[in-house]
Amino acid sequence: MSTIGSFALIAALALSGYCFLAGLLALLFSKHPASAAIGETARRAGIATFAAVLLAGIVLVVAAFNNDFSIAYIFHHSNRDLPAAYKFAVLWSGQEGSLLFWSLLLAGYGFVLRLRYKTDQRLFAYASVIIAAVQVFFLLILNCAAYPFATMQGALPQDGAGLNPLLQYPEMVIHPPLLYLGYVGFTVPFAFALGALIMKYPGEKWIHITRRWTMVTWCFLTIGVFLGAHWAYAVLGWGGYWGWDPVENASLMPWLTGTAFLHSVMMQEKRGMLKVWNMSLIFATFLLSMLGTFLTRSGVISSVHAFAQSSIGAWFLVFIVLTLGVCTFFLVANRSYLKSEHKLESLVSRESSFLFNNLLLLVVCFTILWGTFFPILSEFVQGHKVTVGPPFFNRVAVPVALLLLLLTAVGPLLAWRKTSLESLKRNFLFPAVGSLAIGVMMIVFGVRPWEDPSFFYATMAAVLSALVIFTVISEFLRGGRVIAGKSHQNLLSAMIHLCHRNTRRYGGYIVHFGVALVVIGILGTPFNKEVEREMGFGDEISIGPYTLVCQSYTQDDNPNYANEWAIINVFRGGKQITTMYPERRFYKASQQPQTLPRIYPSFREDFFLVSDLYLVYEGRNETTGQPIIKAHVNPLVPWIWIGLIVMVFGTIVALVPNAAAVQIAATTPVRVPAHVGAGD
Amino acid sequence: MWEQGTEMKPFLSNRRIFPRRWLQAAVLAVAVILFMGAGDDTARFKDLGHRMMCTCGCGQVLLECNHVGCQASEKMRNQLLAALDKGGSNSDDLILQGFVQEYGPTVIAAPTATGFNRVAWIMPFLVLALGIAFAVHIVRSWKNCPEPALADGIIIRPGSELDEFRQKARKETDL
Repeated sequence: MSTIGSFALIAALALSGYCFLAGLLALLFSKHPASAAIGETARRAGIATFAAVLLAGIVLVVAAFNNDFSIAYIFHHSNRDLPAAYKFAVLWSGQEGSLLFWSLLLAGYGFVLRLRYKTDQRLFAYASVIIAAVQVFFLLILNCAAYPFATMQGALPQDGAGLNPLLQYPEMVIHPPLLYLGYVGFTVPFAFALGALIMKYPGEKWIHITRRWTMVTWCFLTIGVFLGAHWAYAVLGWGGYWGWDPVENASLMPWLTGTAFLHSVMMQEKRGMLKVWNMSLIFATFLLSMLGTFLTRSGVISSVHAFAQSSIGAWFLVFIVLTLGVCTFFLVANRSYLKSEHKLESLVSRESSFLFNNLLLLVVCFTILWGTFFPILSEFVQGHKVTVGPPFFNRVAVPVALLLLLLTAVGPLLAWRKTSLESLKRNFLFPAVGSLAIGVMMIVFGVRPWEDPSFFYATMAAVLSALVIFTVISEFLRGGRVIAGKSHQNLLSAMIHLCHRNTRRYGGYIVHFGVALVVIGILGTPFNKEVEREMGFGDEISIGPYTLVCQSYTQDDNPNYANEWAIINVFRGGKQITTMYPERRFYKASQQPQTLPRIYPSFREDFFLVSDLYLVYEGRNETTGQPIIKAHVNPLVPWIWIGLIVMVFGTIVALVPNAAAVQIAATTPVRVPAHVGAGD
Repeated sequence: MWEQGTEMKPFLSNRRIFPRRWLQAAVLAVAVILFMGAGDDTARFKDLGHRMMCTCGCGQVLLECNHVGCQASEKMRNQLLAALDKGGSNSDDLILQGFVQEYGPTVIAAPTATGFNRVAWIMPFLVLALGIAFAVHIVRSWKNCPEPALADGIIIRPGSELDEFRQKARKETDL
């Protein structure tokens, strides 16, 4: 089995190497009569690369299903009793497998790109060569430094060491693939951008070609980041969802620059502005994706998510420096091609709101990058490391993020080129009054923003989220009314029609709405409550509006793990609303314990102010044998996941092609000749 | 007000009541102080526990480390409680300093505002300020750029008039 995998990897390296070199030669000597034929062979070699990497991936998964512990990777990351779904997850649960998975996704993207080459043959040829270069890098690592088909020495083990218990959770089957689809996907717009820059491609065609690629990639990355947060919430059992861990930060940085790119690219499309900026943003996004991978795998930064320290960090560092050098060289050499066609006319305009939105997104990104690398800098300057943890990021990034939220609300109300104060006032009145009312309501209901900075930030976040939501609603209402007035539809149909006519704009508004919901979910954090107590039969815990009564506690055993759990009846207002089973498992193969919290979102009891009741089985008191239960009440958290669904929905809407303009039948009076009678 | 017919008994004239009331007030005051102290200690425990990291290698904030049977966090929590029990003389900074001496500087969850660590806090805001200044400068310099020469016969309309056209164009094209 490992021989087939090894052969597939070597073949993939040879094919992608040929795709890169032959493609490069065909582009360099494009006037030579043989260049077209060589270019075509390069394209086909690129397509064949996908087949070879796919074969290597399939071999690894089949080996996991067949419990082939002669392959060291399978021995270290699987075991006989691992459920079938998690055998797929074996592919990305270790360093070598995840690099193979990365390479497979890149080959997949390259495959689709090379099949669609007729859209613009020359630009696609450049993009194909650049993707092949990245592919060669990954395949070199796989063949030389992180070989997934290495075999075990000596006697074959009877069983594997098992998959990390933290990864044995349904979301782990989809979270890494989606995150990787996001990371890897940014290679495509990067390749088109660099290709367009190298060939001084006129116009904005590369942006039109990559717009959907970028949005789909961004959507994958968004889902990946949020599923990671949800996994942390549902599995790690500390009651939170974001710990500002370096690996979490690594996924957020390209998301931030990618978001900035999605906004600023509109300025280039509509007004021919910010061309250097857009190029720099997409280069930064790709490089940050690589940097994230470097952080995870180099051992430079300590993280709970990081793979073991290995030599591949140096490979990534060289690749990042090389890519940065190439990008910078072409940006400087071809800067004359990137001159803006228009200038900004006013500070109060859509363009300047995009400019400031980009600035704030990049400042947040810089803060995260700075905080992630500051321990290394500190060690270099002071001789000792310092920790840069959640208190730093919360204190620095949150105020900037609030400014960003303000711009998210105000931006859509500004017109391109220039906005008059009157129109701004007119459009802003309803959202501003509504959001201020929300702030006043919060104070009336007992939130005291002046007592604690966290309450202040929570109030500000609530007011600004409301501002975003009211802005989006007012934009839909205003547009819907115009359509309804002209086409005599009801308001809802008119709004759907409106959305269909400019899917990108209104899809974007829906994404903003989702972002506001996510912020609402986050702002509940200062109001979290927690209680920890040992619970015997019939013991009670009171937390928030809930009373928890321990009905019983028990244990079970299966081939994969032994587990124990408590049966907790949950009462509210004297009435039992549910029963929860917080659990602790002990995985036999890996000999590791794992808690499995249980979460009850109170949608039925309080829809808008929904909160999560979150129970963790912490362990047993060794003396009494009774379970120790930690209960959290986390207000508003479910809105984060609802916000994600809305964001994804908005992105899907934005991806739908625009409908043709509504044909409004105007009634024109027609003079009927007097002699024409009825029935004629 | 006292009811008519009731003999007025000045508070200070009753020697029996006076010490008892003062005693009650004193007990109440002590209880309140103790209660406040307890409340403060709980808040301080929560605050300080969130300003430190668990040293078991989990990378989590001390009070959020939930590893079953984590020896490090349990020991640190007990140390923190003991330090708080010492009373007011043990300030937050002193307590944190004690932990730094025992566990090293990485035990503090965020850089302190002293020495080189100040750079960690200043840099993001400096970048923000510079970025805003740069963006404003760019916008202003673009705005002040001379308009390209217009062909003969093209009339420039004043801003207010253009606003009306823009509004109209927006309605007709964007919606």
